[in-house]
Amino acid sequence: MVELVLRMAQAGTLESADCLVTVVPAEEFRLDYRGVNRKLFGERTRKLVMETLERTGFSGMQVTIQDQGALELVIRARLETALRRAVGEV
Amino acid sequence: MRGMRSMLYIPGNAPGMIQNAAVFGADMVMIDLEDAVALSEKDAARDITAGFLRHYDFGDLPVVVRINGADTPFFEEDLEAIVPLKPFAIRLPKCQDPSDVLLADSRMTEIEKRHGMSGGLVPIHAMLESARGIENAYAIATASSRVTALTLGGQDLTADMGIQKTRDGWELFYARSRVVMAAKAAGIAAFDTVWTDFNDPEGLFREARQIVELGFTGKAAIHPSQVEVIHRAFRPDAKEVRKAERIVAAAAEAERQGRGVVAVDGKMVDAPIIVRARHLISLAGLYGMEGGEAQ
Repeated sequence: MVELVLRMAQAGTLESADCLVTVVPAEEFRLDYRGVNRKLFGERTRKLVMETLERTGFSGMQVTIQDQGALELVIRARLETALRRAVGEV
Repeated sequence: MRGMRSMLYIPGNAPGMIQNAAVFGADMVMIDLEDAVALSEKDAARDITAGFLRHYDFGDLPVVVRINGADTPFFEEDLEAIVPLKPFAIRLPKCQDPSDVLLADSRMTEIEKRHGMSGGLVPIHAMLESARGIENAYAIATASSRVTALTLGGQDLTADMGIQKTRDGWELFYARSRVVMAAKAAGIAAFDTVWTDFNDPEGLFREARQIVELGFTGKAAIHPSQVEVIHRAFRPDAKEVRKAERIVAAAAEAERQGRGVVAVDGKMVDAPIIVRARHLISLAGLYGMEGGEAQ
């Protein structure tokens, strides 16, 4: 039987129009959204992250996003990649 | 006529480049999940590419996705993620014989069925990058109705042959001719390989002119600056366009008069010439050449 474990994972880059997403398993959800668009897109990003976590079945995750001006779809894609990478086999 | 002269490779893991794809003016873009993406980032590139195909409006710019070959662990997941999003085509690398096409074809059909798409929707652009692939060009071109283009992968081919790709490109003459002939015989498009030296646009232009004359219908680009050079190489000669217009006009006149024979400048002109003239006029339309019809 394969045992799965959650671990810290990362996806993306600090290139312009990209973002770097780090996820760490935690007791509860927390979002740390950094970058030039923090004030402008903070709320949108929080919604996006929560929707993605819910859709992919993750709850307790500490998510850090360093945003270099990424489109929503890019943030979503990077988060999905990070979450998938967070799941590992024991 | 939608131009298919230039197809610009864009790395699948570079969202900044993908979102600016239309700006570069290429007739088509190819989001690359294969050679432009490091092994450790294959999953990330796939997610980014799927995200763009799903949510981004590329307008009328055709977007092709080059997936990883069937000899890699990424092939299945690439198809699974990308086919349901209906790209303009899947560029399939390393086609050695018809079975490579048929394998992709059946996977794609199964995926399309599962997603409620009627089978056979997403086309394949088959890459020929090895000696075997080149020798099997016609069989590959006709292996499935999904195949709408043959394309030459010059880097891998010369490596497979154990030779260098030179500036003159003579070593690729046979391979290029064979790809074009097979594509024409199958009634599909033929795309040439990339020119890797972006500090030598003159060399690119010379090569592009050569392959236009050989009959290629398009050429791949790896840098936005190459797009304009390729388009210049495909630009029809103004005199040729005017002659084509006279031919098409003469053909129309002959038809009006119920004559079977068409003569232009004192010479008889038959059906294939008229077809070629019409095609030339369409191509001229892409350049806004006087008298050309843009469609």
